[in-house]
Amino acid sequence: MLIISDKYPIMEENLSPDQRDHPEKSKASTRRDFLKNIGLAGVGTVAGAAALYSGHIFEAKKESSGQNKILLTQDGKLVEVDSLELKALEKSPLDQNQYHGREGIPGKRWVMVTDLSRCRNARRCIAACQEAHHLRPEQYHMNTLQMQDSPNTAPYHMPKNCQHCDNPPCVSVCPVDATYKRQDGVVLIDNVRCIGCRFCMAACPYSARIFQWITPKYAEPDKDLTYNVELNVPQKLGTISKCLFSADRLREGKLPYCVTACPNSVYYFGDENEDAVTNGTTKETVRLSKLLRDNGGYQLMPELGTKPRVYYLPPKNRLFPFEATGETKPAIS
Amino acid sequence: MTLEKLILDLTHHIRINKGFLVWMGFLLVSLMVCLYAYSIQLRIGLGVAGIRDYVSWGMYLANFVFFVASSLIGMLISGVLGLIGMKWITPVTRIAETIAVAFAAVAGLVIVSDMGRPERLAYVFLYGRFQSPILWDVTVVITYFVLSSLLLFLPLIADMAIIHRSKQALPSWLRPVYKLLSLNFTDRPEQNKIISRSIRILLILLIPAALSIHTVTSWLFAVTSRAGWDSTIFGPYFVSGAFVAGSATVIIAMFFFRKNYKLQDYLTDLHFTNMGKVLVLVSLVYLYFNLNEFIVPGYKLKRADAVHLHDLLAGKDALLFWVIQIGGLLLPVLFMLFRRFRKPLPITIIAVAVLIAAWFKRYIIVIPTQEHPFLPIQHVPQNFITYAPTLIEILITLAPFILVLIIITLISKFFPVIPLFETAKEKGIEKIEFE
Repeated sequence: MLIISDKYPIMEENLSPDQRDHPEKSKASTRRDFLKNIGLAGVGTVAGAAALYSGHIFEAKKESSGQNKILLTQDGKLVEVDSLELKALEKSPLDQNQYHGREGIPGKRWVMVTDLSRCRNARRCIAACQEAHHLRPEQYHMNTLQMQDSPNTAPYHMPKNCQHCDNPPCVSVCPVDATYKRQDGVVLIDNVRCIGCRFCMAACPYSARIFQWITPKYAEPDKDLTYNVELNVPQKLGTISKCLFSADRLREGKLPYCVTACPNSVYYFGDENEDAVTNGTTKETVRLSKLLRDNGGYQLMPELGTKPRVYYLPPKNRLFPFEATGETKPAIS
Repeated sequence: MTLEKLILDLTHHIRINKGFLVWMGFLLVSLMVCLYAYSIQLRIGLGVAGIRDYVSWGMYLANFVFFVASSLIGMLISGVLGLIGMKWITPVTRIAETIAVAFAAVAGLVIVSDMGRPERLAYVFLYGRFQSPILWDVTVVITYFVLSSLLLFLPLIADMAIIHRSKQALPSWLRPVYKLLSLNFTDRPEQNKIISRSIRILLILLIPAALSIHTVTSWLFAVTSRAGWDSTIFGPYFVSGAFVAGSATVIIAMFFFRKNYKLQDYLTDLHFTNMGKVLVLVSLVYLYFNLNEFIVPGYKLKRADAVHLHDLLAGKDALLFWVIQIGGLLLPVLFMLFRRFRKPLPITIIAVAVLIAAWFKRYIIVIPTQEHPFLPIQHVPQNFITYAPTLIEILITLAPFILVLIIITLISKFFPVIPLFETAKEKGIEKIEFE
């Protein structure tokens, strides 16, 4: 802590060449006279040095502005700092991204509602997501699964992304704080920190996470980009990647990539604190609580205690008939 | 028996002969091949292995569990049997401790081979979060390794003091090393007191440390909610399984040392038959935990458990499962109940079967569970759905075995395999000159 204040004149100016600084002088005075002379000479030298030093301090003082600022330090102390001593803290673009990325967006609790009655497996959400996050076709932050809950119930398509759990098992097991939960409810992965142990993949009951087993798709063109933890681009070899609720778009006040890409109004996205979610296709904003209440909204595997932030509306009164695509049969999960 | 004879018997193998050079040469060349495979993985990424997004922990992790398991035997032999006063274990203790040190040291390296970014290993210490069982695992494995190393070293001090003063022919560079390691031990009562007290403290500390390393290793799986891992008995299930693997390792090591270093008079049939009894005991405990682990979920057949158990007991992993359970656990126990199967050669053959089964048991604990996540695996290439190890992965998995063999070979080649000082005392040789 640096305090420069006018209240205290330079200490050295107040000093007189007395016994306080030179106890040897009082000793000398009790001795023979010639010692007294030597003592005086010594005092003279010290006084001269003190004068030189105070001159130096005076010169140094002239360079200060004389205007002090009172600041609060990180540990909560008030300090006074000369305004000339103030320097703007230089943060690299990466540090800035990392800081915002860890902080989240204050006051928000992001939430997603997926209406299964409207999904016909168009897979545009997947394409938009993979394009935004520079993923290969087999790498899914968002995947649509063909589900059938029991042999007699009807099959349906279920978009599945990270559930951004409020009690995320992946975050609990991460040994290095690479994956974390933000104040706005989003679970992110920092691939500058990730050591690639894949414990989070083992812990996630929703199979929401992917790993960069080989060099990521756009490693070469992306190599000069500053890493943005809210987009997880550039993707990094040997680290985890996952759905981010498009945290970069949320910061700009926009809806996530998947939500706006859907042609069939499957997705609602919004803020739980405002109790409002907006449909990505129709841009219609509705009450979250009413939407969930009226349509029997539910969460995936709530019995695991993960407290997901993604809600599903059941596949009733479907807009489209179920069509299995590709060779994949509906899995009875 | 005279001291000279004892020293000769226990140290005559300490010389660099052709057999040793050929064996070490073979190990080092094999290690180089495996390290080359690892260099490919470092360059290209973990994608050179068969692991993918669904089965993301493969052979490397199974191997890690196996190595941690095998290292636990040091605690069982020296700690448990030693502390309850079993006298016959004296010639086996150093073998068990050597195995413990070698396997614990290498286990740490095995886990690095499974990291996507091994160069960030230090992050575990820099940014470590104590919520993560990985932190607990790192802590206890290091602790156990340090305790085991000390326990290997302390009884060696007196041995070194005896040997460096003896007339036994040794490689010339080795004598000053022994002198250094003997720490000026001269069999004074206060020295003996310090050593025996330290050993006793170490033995007591070793038991919780060993229980911790394997319990925490089992928790890497048991803290998840996946079918097949979501089990409350995983800790004791792993620990008892570890004793099975470790006892088998010790029996195999005893057989080779007895034969190659001509220790028939010290590692006698009695030791093999007793180790056989230990193996029967721990196998029965393990069998008991196996019953619990499979019958209880099998009775209820909760949805995810049902899929998992079906594949394991009657589906695609069934052959492996039953060969392991019957050939590696049930039959060995039955055979070893008979005295003649506890003779050195038959019991070593049984131990080899048990050890191989123990490795594959870790494989079917780690891998099949991940092939049945809660949500279906869809729209991904075939190699994401079923796990198949690659050649590079197999080579990288072999490397730790070679490393363990190198460590055990070096320790056993340059130090007496059987504790010299303790054996002398037990054989009634009281007059040992230390001046």
